[in-house]
Amino acid sequence: MSSLQSLDIAKRSATTTPSPDARRQVIEVAKLIDVSSCIGCKACQVACMQWNDLRDEVGHNVGVYDNPADLSPQSWTVMRFSEVEVQQDRLEWLIRKDGCMHCEDPGCLKSCPAPGAIIKYQNGIVDFISEHCIGCGNCVTGCPFDVPRISKADNKAYKCSLCSDRVGVGLEPACVKACPTGAIRFGSKEDMHEFAAERIVDLKERGYDNAGVYDPQGVGGTHVMYVLQHADQPELYHGLPKDPKISPLVSLWKGAAKPLAVAAMIGAAVAGFFHYMKVGPIESGHDNPDEDEELADERARSAAHAQGDSAGGTSPRTDRTTDPTTGPRG
Amino acid sequence: MLLRYPDAQRMNHWIIALLFFGAGLSGLAFFHPSLFFLSNLFGGGPWARILHPYMGLLMVLAFAVLALQLWKENRWTATDTQWVRQSGEMLAGDKSHLPPAGKYNAGQKGIFWLMVVCLAVLLVTGFMFWHAWFPEGNILMRRVAVLLHAAAATGLVLGVIVHIYAAIWVKGSVRAMTRGTVTEAWARHNHPLWYKEMKERPRA
Repeated sequence: MSSLQSLDIAKRSATTTPSPDARRQVIEVAKLIDVSSCIGCKACQVACMQWNDLRDEVGHNVGVYDNPADLSPQSWTVMRFSEVEVQQDRLEWLIRKDGCMHCEDPGCLKSCPAPGAIIKYQNGIVDFISEHCIGCGNCVTGCPFDVPRISKADNKAYKCSLCSDRVGVGLEPACVKACPTGAIRFGSKEDMHEFAAERIVDLKERGYDNAGVYDPQGVGGTHVMYVLQHADQPELYHGLPKDPKISPLVSLWKGAAKPLAVAAMIGAAVAGFFHYMKVGPIESGHDNPDEDEELADERARSAAHAQGDSAGGTSPRTDRTTDPTTGPRG
Repeated sequence: MLLRYPDAQRMNHWIIALLFFGAGLSGLAFFHPSLFFLSNLFGGGPWARILHPYMGLLMVLAFAVLALQLWKENRWTATDTQWVRQSGEMLAGDKSHLPPAGKYNAGQKGIFWLMVVCLAVLLVTGFMFWHAWFPEGNILMRRVAVLLHAAAATGLVLGVIVHIYAAIWVKGSVRAMTRGTVTEAWARHNHPLWYKEMKERPRA
């Protein structure tokens, strides 16, 4: 996506000063995906392709319904089909629409080294500003959900934008528009929580005692939420992480390590400067050759050259001790 | 005058130095947002990202050649441990209790092995997330790799700062790398055992 909403920026990658922050009344949005109402028709995938004008390569059937088999630079959302038996002999088909979760605390944005390549808007949408992307892949390293994909064609990172361009002009995301069962809803995060609560009451009545909403607090909550029949076991849904958070390795790398390492480097250089000013140089009394020595050195050099030792030799054993009569007087 | 570094070693040293600045400045651009402007030296963010691993790889290869030539003279001895114990006085300006050094003193040896370790870590971890040439691999592996890469780079930069400062501090040293030779007084004063060795050696 490109940035058309420069006044609505909440967080900006690799930026140490505040972003434009004049608008504060923006409502946080969320997409709610009710897994229990999904029939796996993939209309959302098609709508995503159409709106974003993406065409993935036609793949091969690998024996499961997942098609394409994984997220890619051209497929920003993929239906993940899981066949599970939570109760013995009671097969359940769990179909989860996978894609960017739009974290409140995005690991991709924290890891990104390119200023302004990843933006979190005031409404909660996390967007890749592709023309600022340098293609390093740090977002892949930082994401707790394994979502961003780097294109081999242009070395840019791609993922779901939550249709930030549509939302910015008051439309719902394309996948929401296309969903025939109403399994995907879009609105304010508050409203989506209210709607999820109604769904959970319904699911509990139907015997799903552990039904619940997936809005993981380890990443500050997400702007894509799920209603899960088995919210106590999100891993059932094609490995949805139970308690996702930015990895401590990433937090250290892009947190404490940054200022500490830069301070150490600057500190070492400054310490060296002051050490010199306080202690002064180490001198032997004759550190630089006088003219005679220099001349003898040059002669020795050309003599060695003439002897075919011009390559300089790799052995430090090559002795070029000059005439002892012009030795040092230090 | 005594020959400390023949031509080939000096040229290799400066190849390593130039590549260090290339890889180092482009790497720092990605490390801290306040240093991102350094990517402009390489033609912008994407170009810095493209060039960084090639410069780094070439630096490690050139250093490997140098390290193979110098490692024997950098083996640690009991005298070096003694030298380290006295190094506080030396830094304060009193060299009188320092045990005599050979071609390299303990500080130089420490910097040498620091660079060997840091460059080895940079090389191995760098391959782990160089996705232009290598599969993207496991994400936990990438997280470990980027952290170790940053830590090793910091260690290397600190080592180079000490290395450059020592060259400025100990007068007459820079000449060893620019012209190859040092004065006998310099050698006697700073590396007495090496001086002795050079004087006793039969002349070529």
